[in-house]
Amino acid sequence: MKSTAGRMLVLFMKNCIRILSLLFAVSVISFVLVSALPIDPIQQYMMGIGPVSEEQRTEIAAYWGVDKPPAARYISWLCALCSGNFGTSLLYRRPVIEIIAERFQNSLALMLCAWLFSGMIGFLLGCVMGIYRDKWQDQVIRKLCYLLSSVPTFWLGMVLLLLFSVKLGWFPVGFSTPIGMLDSEVSVWQRLHHLVLPAFTLSLASFSNIALHTRQKMIDVENSAYILFARARGESGWTLFVRHGLRNAILPALTLQFASFAELFGGSVLAENVFSYPGLGSAVSAAGLNSDVPLLLGITLFSTLFVCVGNMIANLLYGVIDPKMRDSGE
Amino acid sequence: MNKGQNIPVLEARNLSVSFRMYDGTFKQKELRVISDLSIQVFSGEILAIAGSSGSGKSLLASAILGILPRTAAVRGELRYHGQTLTPKLQKQLRGTKIALVPQSVDFLDPLMRAGAQADGHRKPYPTQKRRRLFARFGLPDDTERCYPFQLSGGMARRVLVSTALLADAQLMIADEPTPGMSLGQALEVLKVFREMADEGKAVILITHDIDLAFAFADRIAVLYAGTIVETASAQDFQAGPDALRHPYSRALWRALPQNDFEPIAGVQPYAGNLPKGCLFAPRCSQSTPKCTQETPPVRTLRGGEVRCFAAE
Repeated sequence: MKSTAGRMLVLFMKNCIRILSLLFAVSVISFVLVSALPIDPIQQYMMGIGPVSEEQRTEIAAYWGVDKPPAARYISWLCALCSGNFGTSLLYRRPVIEIIAERFQNSLALMLCAWLFSGMIGFLLGCVMGIYRDKWQDQVIRKLCYLLSSVPTFWLGMVLLLLFSVKLGWFPVGFSTPIGMLDSEVSVWQRLHHLVLPAFTLSLASFSNIALHTRQKMIDVENSAYILFARARGESGWTLFVRHGLRNAILPALTLQFASFAELFGGSVLAENVFSYPGLGSAVSAAGLNSDVPLLLGITLFSTLFVCVGNMIANLLYGVIDPKMRDSGE
Repeated sequence: MNKGQNIPVLEARNLSVSFRMYDGTFKQKELRVISDLSIQVFSGEILAIAGSSGSGKSLLASAILGILPRTAAVRGELRYHGQTLTPKLQKQLRGTKIALVPQSVDFLDPLMRAGAQADGHRKPYPTQKRRRLFARFGLPDDTERCYPFQLSGGMARRVLVSTALLADAQLMIADEPTPGMSLGQALEVLKVFREMADEGKAVILITHDIDLAFAFADRIAVLYAGTIVETASAQDFQAGPDALRHPYSRALWRALPQNDFEPIAGVQPYAGNLPKGCLFAPRCSQSTPKCTQETPPVRTLRGGEVRCFAAE
């Protein structure tokens, strides 16, 4: 077991190298895609400045290096990135890195709540389905899972919004803080109050995956020889579930949950737009719709990093909790 | 063995186990894996149940413990110390009065350390006793901290045997307990079973290793296609074909390497396709038209039991 830490470090380093190479590839591809867009960066830049003459226009182009070949532009962008300069958002007129940092905090709160909620609910319902396999409990929950996984997130968000915010008035209609209040005056409760509905939407949209996987794993566990033997030794009910079922089913569920960051991020784009929630997801769609290239590229790279880190945690975690991987070096 | 006056620890009377299978869309097919099986095991003895693979050995163990799959249907009677084994009673006896040594390493939970697994769920955990057993079976000290995947096949089986021994049960059902062990380790395990029997407990040793059954069992029941064709003392099996009663037992004896090493023609019938009458009739050299029409009843003959019209 002494080599566990060492092996984890090697695995971590390998993952980091993989992430860096992936980030590089994503930067190339997204740069190529953005260059192919019919967006005139000069025009975008000048929007906030007003009418300029043709000479000023060429001067601006020369200043920003728009007249250079794409490869040269890419390299200068990459160098800037490496020194931490992500550029300035044309839409918000602020450094991209600042916007990402601010928006990510909001998104993180939203995604973390949704992630925890969907993970726990999903695992719980998966266990229930597995235990009551083919009985009515299983049938009802399973159909609910199929239904929820086929319903689009934005539609679900709108229905919840109509029901809980408009009809019942329990939750605010949008944003992360009450309208007309200074950021410093907003309490934690108010923030949470605004968070509930988007987080609930996001978790409803994503728990069915883990629930259905856990159900299948539970069934596999129930059919396993070791459960049969545990029964033969007089174990039953709750003891049997905790000692053997839970242990064996939670392992794949945890991995799956950490590997679901990509779907979580994808879902948050839709959920944040429906609820006008000022997170990274709504920023990316605003950047896309308004041709804010620096912000779009910045968020693309950042979300890649986010998803990769999730997958890396899944990889590392498996090495820690699965004895087969952890102790295989003994 | 003072069978006459004793109530058997376990008795199966005309036990049948079958599975419902869906054949095509509407047709339900019944697969009979155990047919009219009758055995008795008494306190103080080791009864070996010998049979080739597919003869229903492991299912018999599951039927006794009441842990058959949901699709299984059981007919006939099982009695423990004269009491009918109801599902409720089976649940009470599992792991306390009746212990199982399962057949393969897969029966260990892959995510639980061997020590905790052998200790089981009943508190207080018998840790000291378990350590002594592990030591007796030659398992290294760190075995208790190993996960099943870190154990060799023989080690895992010794853990499984310890598991069952710790239950301190009245009846031990050992399903192929010794493969993968060295001869010395296997003998040690069987010696423990012998000690158990000598303490007045009963042991059912399910095995396809007939030599082992010869050497350690008091009586041997021969299982063929889900039914017991003959039950005889181990001495009868050692004496040779003349002392045996059923043609299959004799064929089994002849097939052993140290005897004639002569295989018998044909194959054991498949559960879905059992012949009418005596299950062994299609392969039997002494088969008569009666054998293919009627199932021979169990008869007591020369101190053993046999299910054959021709036996004498």
